[in-house]
Amino acid sequence: MSSQPNNAASSRPTNVVIAGLGGQGVLKASDILADVAFSAGLDVKKSELHGMSQRGGSVSSDVRFGERVFSPMVPEGEADFLVVIAADQVPVNAWVLRPGGVLIEASMIDESSLPNKRSINVALLGVLSRHLPFSVEAWNAAIGRNLTEKLHEANLRAFSMGRAIGQR
Amino acid sequence: MGLHGRVHLIRLDTRISQGSSLDSLRQQNALSLLSGDEAVAMAAYDCGVRLGTGYPGTPSTEILESFAALGGRAQWSPNEKVALEVAIGVAFAGARAIVTMKHVGLNVAADPLFTVASTRLDGALVVVSADDPGMASSQNEQDNRRYALAAGVAMLEPSDSQEAYEFTVRAIEISERWQAPVLLRMTTRVCHSKSLVRRGTVAIPPPGEAHFEHDLPSRAMIPTYARPAHPRLRKKLAEMAAWNDEAGPNQLISGSTKLGIITSGVSFLHVREVAPEASVLKIGMTYPLPVERMRAFAASVERCLVIEEGEPYLVEGARAACIAVEGKPESFRFGELNSARVRRILEGDNSPEPKRVAGKPPAFCPGCPHRSVYTALKNLDCIVQGDIGCYALGALPPFEAMDSMICMGASIGMGLGLRYSLPPEQAKRVVSVIGDSTFVHSGITGLVEMVYNPPESGHVVVILDNGTTAMTGLQEHPGTGRTLAHTKTGKVVFEELARTLGIRNVYVIDPTAEPAKFQETIQNCLARPELSVVISRRNCLLANRWIREYERCNEQPTE
Repeated sequence: MSSQPNNAASSRPTNVVIAGLGGQGVLKASDILADVAFSAGLDVKKSELHGMSQRGGSVSSDVRFGERVFSPMVPEGEADFLVVIAADQVPVNAWVLRPGGVLIEASMIDESSLPNKRSINVALLGVLSRHLPFSVEAWNAAIGRNLTEKLHEANLRAFSMGRAIGQR
Repeated sequence: MGLHGRVHLIRLDTRISQGSSLDSLRQQNALSLLSGDEAVAMAAYDCGVRLGTGYPGTPSTEILESFAALGGRAQWSPNEKVALEVAIGVAFAGARAIVTMKHVGLNVAADPLFTVASTRLDGALVVVSADDPGMASSQNEQDNRRYALAAGVAMLEPSDSQEAYEFTVRAIEISERWQAPVLLRMTTRVCHSKSLVRRGTVAIPPPGEAHFEHDLPSRAMIPTYARPAHPRLRKKLAEMAAWNDEAGPNQLISGSTKLGIITSGVSFLHVREVAPEASVLKIGMTYPLPVERMRAFAASVERCLVIEEGEPYLVEGARAACIAVEGKPESFRFGELNSARVRRILEGDNSPEPKRVAGKPPAFCPGCPHRSVYTALKNLDCIVQGDIGCYALGALPPFEAMDSMICMGASIGMGLGLRYSLPPEQAKRVVSVIGDSTFVHSGITGLVEMVYNPPESGHVVVILDNGTTAMTGLQEHPGTGRTLAHTKTGKVVFEELARTLGIRNVYVIDPTAEPAKFQETIQNCLARPELSVVISRRNCLLANRWIREYERCNEQPTE
């Protein structure tokens, strides 16, 4: 049996919840976010229930990163960021946001200006990216690793459009 | 489940590759972000597992898919019982085998499990049970730790992906050391959460050569040989218990002497989150329990609390050994644990938990062939006995047309039972609906029952053949004629099978293309006191594109 002193993390991890409906790319967005944090050398945990999510039901995914992360699930009322791709899913997920936490919603993006409407998930990551300490290059690389090549162009553009909004 | 866990498979470069995390792990000592399922697959691959078998079931499905993507040999079996039996053969041959299933799958495989426990293996046999506390996509939340106890099978419980990797290696070691099967018990959060995995953290004993030696007393479980096998099993378990106390994969965190927590699996992580100051005994091998460790730990703290998801398994184990521990209130037996719930247990807070705004339930895809089937069954006012799969969504609005669902294959037996008992006017409205993969899994014996004990009013079985195991994320099965890796193989043809069994009324209809004909056929079948099988055949919308691609690849001549 291994024995170790109690050295629970002193610094709190960053908690992000991404939510939407099945087919909107919630899990893809959380994959990209987890990949960026992982590439930055942080401890990362990502968790979701994929049960029947494909069939258009509610989907949410928790991503936590920092020096040390224990539970894979974002504790209630402790999300620093809540990214919601479907407008009607805000009330379903609002409980997870901490007081003063940041809500990032689909309405922040002008869908008609996206090269591909399906890239709304990545555009919202662009908005989120303004709040997180990862470089544009790191984000672009993670997008590249998680999407097939033919989707790169549209998603990189969607990301930078979102990031520009986040800047305002 | 679902497309999320998809990994690139053999021969299909066009398929979206989400296997990049696995690719990076091909290097020794590389650090990667993996799901628990992927980590188990990686360990199995590193251990030279000869064969992975299983039946798709959330949250276990991605283990075999990932194992195949890495280059391991993996096969879907028709059901979990067959999968375990094949794996037993591999272990009798001196090779290493892993068999994967969801928790309810172990019910199907329980028959071989209980007896193989007392045999002597030559290789390794790891049985992965992926439990689903909270029932994210299951019909019950049974806690399969009870199976380890009931069958006398050693059990390991990882809490994250790193442990999923290491405990798979450990399970193989333990299996080979005691020549017995080992249960690797995972849960939805451990299977599907991603966390960091460093490969090469544990030494891996090289696999032995496959061979056969006659050893009837250890493997031919006739009563003469089975009687001495039982005390042999108990002796092995006593040795394992002593080893677990001494050197098992358990972890002691020395903190406050005021509060000590005994825990296992993902609950350990919630405990660390909520009570970083507490002393913790985290049990990795949860059967046989390291009872003396638990006793010493409980004695070292003022308050000793057991925090576990699901059944009071650790609590009962501790109390049976006369170790005084505090358990959780009954309300925490239900559903998953999380940080908030663990905090409530610690603080003795029994106030009602906050109700959340309900999310949007899943629904049939627009244009799904099941829609036409339920429309017809509803129009005909049928009494519908359902089964496990996407089509269980027929129980929800707007259809609310599936009257019952119990387990894989049950639709046929339940339908027959109703037909035998109901007054004639109702009996003749009973229909059993079963998916293609589910039919292969457990429906064939139901069809045999129907031929052998036909109800006076006849019966109508509708096989919903959408060409894939849709619910778990589009896996192949014997009815598709393609292997796990989508290459061409033998195919079970349902209409031929039904006719061979002696059923004369067998129809194959595309319910989307010909909804009126479909309804009329069901109506005619219901009107006759005969046995009918109606095969509703149209590819799942999500799978159709892939099925065409596989067929195209399989038609190309191989080099």
